[in-house]
Amino acid sequence: MALRVIWTQKMKSAFSVVGVFIGVTFLIAVVSIVEGMNSYMTDRFANTLLGVNTFQLRRYPDFQVGDISRETWREWRRRQRITYDDARAVDAAITVPHISGWESWNRGIIEYGGKVARDINIIGITEGYFDIKNWTIEQGRPFSAQEARTGQPVVVIGHELAERLFEDLDPIGREIKIRRIPYRVVGVVEPQGKLFTISLDKFAVAPALSPIKRFVNPPRVVDALLVKTNTVEDLQTAMAEAEAVMRSRRALRPAQENNFSVETSEALLDFWGSINRVLMVALPGLVSISLVVGGIVIMNIMLMAVAERTREIGIRKSLGARRRDILRQFLVESATLAVVGAGIGVATGLLLAGVVQATTFLPARVAPWSVVVGVLLGAGVGIGAGLYPASRAARLDPVEAIRHE
Amino acid sequence: MSDLIRVSGLTREYEMGAETVYALRGVDLTIRRNEYLAVMGPSGSGKSTLMNLIGCLDSPTAGEYWLNGTEVSAMPDDELARVRNREIGFVFQTFNLLPRASSLHNVELPLIYAGVPGKERRVRAAEALQRVGLGDRMKHKPNELSGGQRQRVAIARALVNDPSILLADEPTGNLDSSTSAEIMNVFDELQAMGQTIVMVTHEADISARASRKVTLLDGLVHSDTTRAEAA
Repeated sequence: MALRVIWTQKMKSAFSVVGVFIGVTFLIAVVSIVEGMNSYMTDRFANTLLGVNTFQLRRYPDFQVGDISRETWREWRRRQRITYDDARAVDAAITVPHISGWESWNRGIIEYGGKVARDINIIGITEGYFDIKNWTIEQGRPFSAQEARTGQPVVVIGHELAERLFEDLDPIGREIKIRRIPYRVVGVVEPQGKLFTISLDKFAVAPALSPIKRFVNPPRVVDALLVKTNTVEDLQTAMAEAEAVMRSRRALRPAQENNFSVETSEALLDFWGSINRVLMVALPGLVSISLVVGGIVIMNIMLMAVAERTREIGIRKSLGARRRDILRQFLVESATLAVVGAGIGVATGLLLAGVVQATTFLPARVAPWSVVVGVLLGAGVGIGAGLYPASRAARLDPVEAIRHE
Repeated sequence: MSDLIRVSGLTREYEMGAETVYALRGVDLTIRRNEYLAVMGPSGSGKSTLMNLIGCLDSPTAGEYWLNGTEVSAMPDDELARVRNREIGFVFQTFNLLPRASSLHNVELPLIYAGVPGKERRVRAAEALQRVGLGDRMKHKPNELSGGQRQRVAIARALVNDPSILLADEPTGNLDSSTSAEIMNVFDELQAMGQTIVMVTHEADISARASRKVTLLDGLVHSDTTRAEAA
């Protein structure tokens, strides 16, 4: 009976579910997007920048969250750079099993046979870098420890750079030029994809001691030392050891702070975590407001409906409807209204999440709990909002109600 | 017991602003099974109030009301509703059908409130409509029916639960004379089949169809005459 009544009053019904509909749509869409972002941040982002069980030693922090004051910046830029000797000393001092890699980069131009590729990340590394970055070589090979040690002019390039310069040709064995110095291509890395729409495949890595060293940094200096351990405990140990060595090398007294940075991607994940928490608190707040508004709208519409249908209620009572029959009738109507609104909201929310996923880099993962919560909330709002109008209807005096209007 | 209804000292007062209205001041009345009763009186005499009380739509301020051997004057609302559902069939001047429901659904309503399951409901409602000659109009809504047809639907609805008493309040008031005659014939047929009928009217030729005439004045029974039986 309730569905029949709702259908015959389509306009009024549509209007009254708006609040619930919007609230549920938001709930579904935003939760999906936030959950998607969550997995994107933890799986893709953090791992791509700096993977698990990995730390980096730098002059100053790479992952800066929040506002950095001008004084802090100035102090950071005044610090000493990390030298080759620093990197070697730290590597030697770490007692747990680990891989280490140097990283020095600059942006530049690569040339091959008349073609020019701009805006390429050119990085001087040691051979451990490949493992630390979890790079799979799709063609050829990484460079060997010997090539790294002797600074051979070899290069491993990213997938997009390979396509740009070589197209269908096999890049292995060919020579590219960086600052007019030739380097032999020995390998191509598998595509890494995009990060926030920026391509991760426009790079070329050469041994840190090769001629590249003059291009990427001042003499005997690296941008970072990356260290990867097997377990989280080992990571803690390694970081502590690295810090101890650097403090000793820089002759820092116990009261003095580090004038270098030893960091993991945790800072970044913590930052995202704090944003996530805010979103997840703000979101229920917004949804609640929308649902409360929706409930008030439903209540008012139902009150109007009860007033309009006073005569009908009187007739039903004269035919033997008890108070609870009338109460149930109107409660079911308002609950059905709300659930229908919630249902449409779920569908729209899913659609919205799908659209966001298809048109932006944001992945949207639908959380089943949000669907269940959405529908339950809808029903709850419907019943709650309809309670007062329904009880008004139930308490109408049949004699007067029949005479109404 | 052939006394279907017995009221004694039936009183109904209510507040209208600062004043008290004495609609009924102590009515004594007995109605037997299969009687055909007309209730008359000027407006304000209390005939509508009496109908509402007999029909269990309202409760008296004082007095007793025995319906079919049960005292209903002090019943709580929910039980009163049950009595209404089972024992009373209403027919109103303004038909009082649900405008957005089909005739079948309208006739089903008392069965719904009696808790009759769906299939049986529809069968019984269809039969009731057939008995008043509207078997082919079951899916029509009230605004697709003529006045006479609407009143027939109302009569079918009133009878569907097999009530002890049929209460009609000016049932032909909104009908033209030929349709009125049709409807009055229906009531005659029903009485002939054993139904007890109480009809409020102010028209003499309508009341002439009834075998007994009770006139109210100022909340009390003024006269109570039974037509002599034809031999």
